[in-house]
This record gives sequence, structure tokens and C-alpha cells, in this order.
Amino acid sequence: MLRYIFKRIVFLVPVLLGVSILIFVIIHLAPGDPAETLLGPSATAQDLAELREQLGLDKSLVLQYFTFLTNTLKGDFGRSIRTNNSVLEELLDRFEPSLMLAIFSMTLAVAAGIPLGVLAALRQNTWVDTLCNFVALLGFSLPGFWLGLMLMLLFSIMVPILPSSGYGEWKQLIMPTVVLATNTTAVIARMTRSSMLEVVRQDYVRTAKAKGLNGRLILLRHIMSNVLIPVVTVVGLHFGHMLGGVVITETVFSIPGVGRLIIDAIRFQDYPVVQGGILFFAFCLSLVNLGVDLIYALLDPRIKAQYRAG
Amino acid sequence: MLLSVKDLCVKYVTFEGIVHAVNGVSFDIPERGTLGLVGESGAGKTTTALSLMRLIPVPPGIVERGKISFEGRDLDALSGEEMKKIRGNRISMIFQDPMTSLNPVLTVGLQIAETIAAHQNMSEREAMKKAREMLEKVQIPAARYKEYPHEFSGGMRQRVGIAMALACNPRMIIADEPTTALDVTIQAQVIELMRDLRDEFSTAMMLITHDLGVVGEVCDRVAVMYAGEIVEEGSLEQIFEHARHPYTNGLFRCIPDIDEDNSRIQPISGLMPDPCDLPAGCCFHPRCPECMEICRTRKPAPFTENGQMVRCCLYTRGGAGQ
Ligand SMILES: Nc1ncnc2c1ncn2[C@@H]1O[C@H](COP(=O)(O)OP(=O)(O)OP(=O)(O)O)[C@@H](O)[C@H]1O
Ligand SMILES: [Mg+2]
Repeated sequence: MLRYIFKRIVFLVPVLLGVSILIFVIIHLAPGDPAETLLGPSATAQDLAELREQLGLDKSLVLQYFTFLTNTLKGDFGRSIRTNNSVLEELLDRFEPSLMLAIFSMTLAVAAGIPLGVLAALRQNTWVDTLCNFVALLGFSLPGFWLGLMLMLLFSIMVPILPSSGYGEWKQLIMPTVVLATNTTAVIARMTRSSMLEVVRQDYVRTAKAKGLNGRLILLRHIMSNVLIPVVTVVGLHFGHMLGGVVITETVFSIPGVGRLIIDAIRFQDYPVVQGGILFFAFCLSLVNLGVDLIYALLDPRIKAQYRAG
Repeated sequence: MLLSVKDLCVKYVTFEGIVHAVNGVSFDIPERGTLGLVGESGAGKTTTALSLMRLIPVPPGIVERGKISFEGRDLDALSGEEMKKIRGNRISMIFQDPMTSLNPVLTVGLQIAETIAAHQNMSEREAMKKAREMLEKVQIPAARYKEYPHEFSGGMRQRVGIAMALACNPRMIIADEPTTALDVTIQAQVIELMRDLRDEFSTAMMLITHDLGVVGEVCDRVAVMYAGEIVEEGSLEQIFEHARHPYTNGLFRCIPDIDEDNSRIQPISGLMPDPCDLPAGCCFHPRCPECMEICRTRKPAPFTENGQMVRCCLYTRGGAGQ
């Protein structure tokens, strides 16, 4: 098991390397010039050239990439072009709101999605099932930014009980959490429902009944343990989706998180911050996926056996 | 009588139509008796077995009628809670496919122990000790109780199934084709083990199988099922030596005999009737080599002689049993 974890962590290196190349190329291929953005339209050609040289933008792309790479490996993500602060510091400064948002939303999505799916499956083909499916479909199709605006309209303007933006007190996190969780809740609910419908007709559930076990034990031990296996996979896959949602939600609710940081950085063509930020997201996502795979092994002894072997 | 089934009728309502899976089945199993239930695929054997446990999935299943009494109690009259106390405890079941009938994410030890804990007023931890004894009984080293089903071979999994079924020392075991999914060498081992443990625990047994060879080794009575009906029932000797129903005779002709030329094997021609649309008269008449005019219209009543029951117009023609 430990060997497996170690292998997975080693495997992160090529993944992050690939991501870094991709981000680098995309950013530098995008039109625009940070020097121009920074100095404004009144800048002279000489000012621009000087600034470019200072930022290292006059070198070839390959050279720039290798400078970026070696610095990153040394733990130096560079300095923001805009604020001249260390990128790492900026990221760490902005990390907490994003982390809170992600944790709360994922918790809410799991806590709401799984029971919703179980309920729908237990009452298959009744109005409860139809209602759950309808809610899930709605949650799945509503775009986050629209839902965010509507909630704001409702709870900050028409019935002003929740603050519409900012970060600092718990009340400010309620709406963003709901918005970010909606989509994932719907996906988890649907996955739980279909997984459950599949599991309840398995032979081993019939065996459990034939042994005279009581219904709660059958549901919790025999059914749920198998239902959760594909649900965990979906949660893992959806985490990446959620990081995208973090960017949008933070923008809508003006939360000073990593997502906002990246958006602002893109707007200003602040290359180092964009690169650092996205690399950071990729790193988080990889860690979460590793975590998910470990939970997966915990739930399914067959997978665990494979990890042990390899 | 330990178990007595009277006029059991079960159907399934499906999109294709109403499947008449079991149509008026009656049989008895005495204390320590072993009944073999044989018949082609789709004859309604599993449905019969599940009805005894009251585990027919509803929907699509409907138990239309039938009286099942076990240890003098009418099972239909029992509440769900009371029925739970019987399942796995007084009557237990061994299923057809050991690959799918054990829960893949629970250790085999726990799967045995939870049955014991459910019925014998002890904690799962205490039950685990008993579970390990049961593993030894089915010739699996007790130390393997912590392993998961995927770490076992098919034959071993089926032995775990047997251990689970016997854990509470039931009065009756229903074994639904316990060896069909296993390869031939393992089949013999598992059958022998079941027979030995049946004798050791002195339980009654209902053994469902396609395999007449197995029936000959284990059972003392045999019921032959066709299209949801028992067409013939008798002692092992009666069925093996003096079978009356043309279908039973057909089944025996399907078994290859080493002493004889293989060209003598004669599979029964034709297919089982569609259970959604059973033929009028005797269900077997479209395939029967001895079909008479009357068979097309009249459903044969059971004819019993010396404890051998047969449903065939060849025997009821004279008026007996009509
Ligand atoms: N859950 C179900 N829904 C609909 N039809 C069913 C269901 N279970 C069984 N049947 C039908 O009932 C009939 C009898 O099935 P059953 O499983 O009892 O046969 P069997 O004798 O056990 O066959 P096998 O030897 O293949 O196990 C078949 O026609 C089958 O298609
Ligand atoms: Mg069957």
C-alpha cells in the first residue's frame, strides 16, 4: 500500500510537468503583451522594451520555459508582474477561502446527494423518485453563475438576510457553497440512484435476505458499501469540475480566493501568477485524486489487492 | 412432515406477458429427507425454492396461491419479522452461482458470522469464533476468515456458502443447483461435502439440479418438474428404475452411458413451451413421443400408486385419479 502511494506521488511529477508545458504554451500563444497592459497606451517603445527585458519576455519561449521550470523546482514561482509580490505568497494568501469553499461544497454535495439518491432508488417509480430525479436534473442543468445571481437577488435584495459578497464571516459562505454544491449534488444523487438500483438486484443482496438479516443491516452493510464504490469515483472526477466552479463562484460572490486571483491575473496577463495558480490547481486535483483512489481501495478489497500487487 | 407444500402457484408479470412459472406444485419433505427437484432450465425450480423462503421479488412476482407449512407452522401467516427468524436459521439456502452470491466487499468470516449473530443472540465478535469453526467444517483453514470472496476459488466460495447455510444448524437446506457453476472435478467434492454435512447436522434437504447423477447419489425422493408442474414424483428407485412419465424417460435417455454406443443418446426433441403461453391440455404433449388425442385437450390429473405420483393421460385414461 505504501509502495503504491509512493508510486503515485512519483507519478505526479510527469503529470505536473505536462500541465506546466500546456499552461505555458497556451498563455504565451494568447494574444497580448503584459508589458503593454502594465504600462498603458502612453508607454514609449523603449519603455516597453526595457520592461520586457526586465521580465525576461524578450528571450525565446523555450528558454523562458526552462527558466520557469528550474525556478519552480527550486520552489520559486516567480513574482507577480502586477504587484511584484511573490506568487507563492499570493497563492497561499488566497488559499483559505477557496479551500473552505471546496470543503463545504463537497461536504454538502455528498451529504445531500447520497441520501437523495438512496431515497429515489428505494422509492423507485413513485412520486418521490420522480421528484428526486426532477430536482437532480434541475441542479444539473442550472448554470452556477445564474443560480448565484438568482440567489443574490432573492436573499440579498428581495429578502435581505444574507450578504451578497465578500469573505470573512460564515454567513458569506452560505450562498457560494450552495451554488458550488448544486451541480455536484445532482451528479452524486443520480449516480447513487443508478448504482443502488444495480446493487439491490445483485445475488448477494438476495443471499443477505436469505440469511434472515434485518433490513437496516442489509441496507447499510451489504448495499451501501457496494453503492458507494462508483459514487466515490464520480466524486473524484467531479472535483476537477468543482475547481472550475470555484473560479466562477468566487468571481460572482467577490470572494478573494485562488480562483479570483487567477481570473484577475489572466485579465492582466500576469503570466507568473496564472502559471503558478493553475499549476497549484493541478497539484490539488492530483492530490484529491490520489485520496479518492485510496478511499476506493478502502471500500473495495479487490482494488486493494491490485494496489498491493502493483 | 417437516415441510409440506400444497398447490403452489407463482407468476411473474412482465412486459412480454404473464409468466406462469409455477403452476400448482405440491410436495412434502419429511424430517431428514432429501428431495431432488430436477427439470430443464426455466421449469420453475428456483421460483419454487424462493417461494419457500418467501423471497420471490414482488414485483414482478406474485404468489397466487399455495399453502406452505414448515414445522407445523403456516409460513404465509407469519409476519415479516417472524419469517426473518426462519430464514437462515430454520431453513437456509445455498445459491447457484458462488461467484455472485457472496458480497465482494465483506470478509467471508463476517458473512458467516453475521448469520449466526442475527439468530443466536450473540455479538458478531463471539459469532466470529463459531464462523471459524464452520470454515473448518467445510475444509477451509479457519485462518482464512479474514479474506474476501475474490481470494477464493469457485469451489471454495461455494463451500463458504455451505458453511453460511449450516451455521445456525437449520432443519432444512434448499440447495439451488449448488454445483452447476463449478467444474466437474470440484462438483463431486462439493456434493460429497454437502452429503456428509447433511448427515452430520441431520438436516432435511431440497436439492435442485439438472444432474440426475447427483440426484442418484444424494436424494431419497425425486420430483421431476416440467413447465411449472411436478410431472412425476417418487422414491429414488421408482424414478430411476420404473419411471412412468414420458418426460422422465426422456431425461434418462439424455444421459450418455459409457457401456453403450453414443448414438443411443436421444435428446428430447423440441423446446420447453413458452411460460407466457402454455399449451392446452398436458404441457408436455407437443414434445411427447406417446402423445394421444386426449392429451391435447385434457390436463392430466395426478395418478398415485405406491407413493409414486405421475401426471400423464397414459395412466389416468382408465379413469383412475380423474
Ligand atoms: N424475476 C423474474 N421476472 C420475470 N420472470 C422470471 C423471473 N424469475 C424467473 N422468471 C421466469 O420464470 C420461469 C421459471 O424460472 P426459474 O428461475 O424458476 O427456472 P429454473 O427452473 O430455476 O431454471 P434454471 O435451471 O435455469 O435455474 C422462467 O421462464 C423465467 O424466465
Ligand atoms: Mg434456477
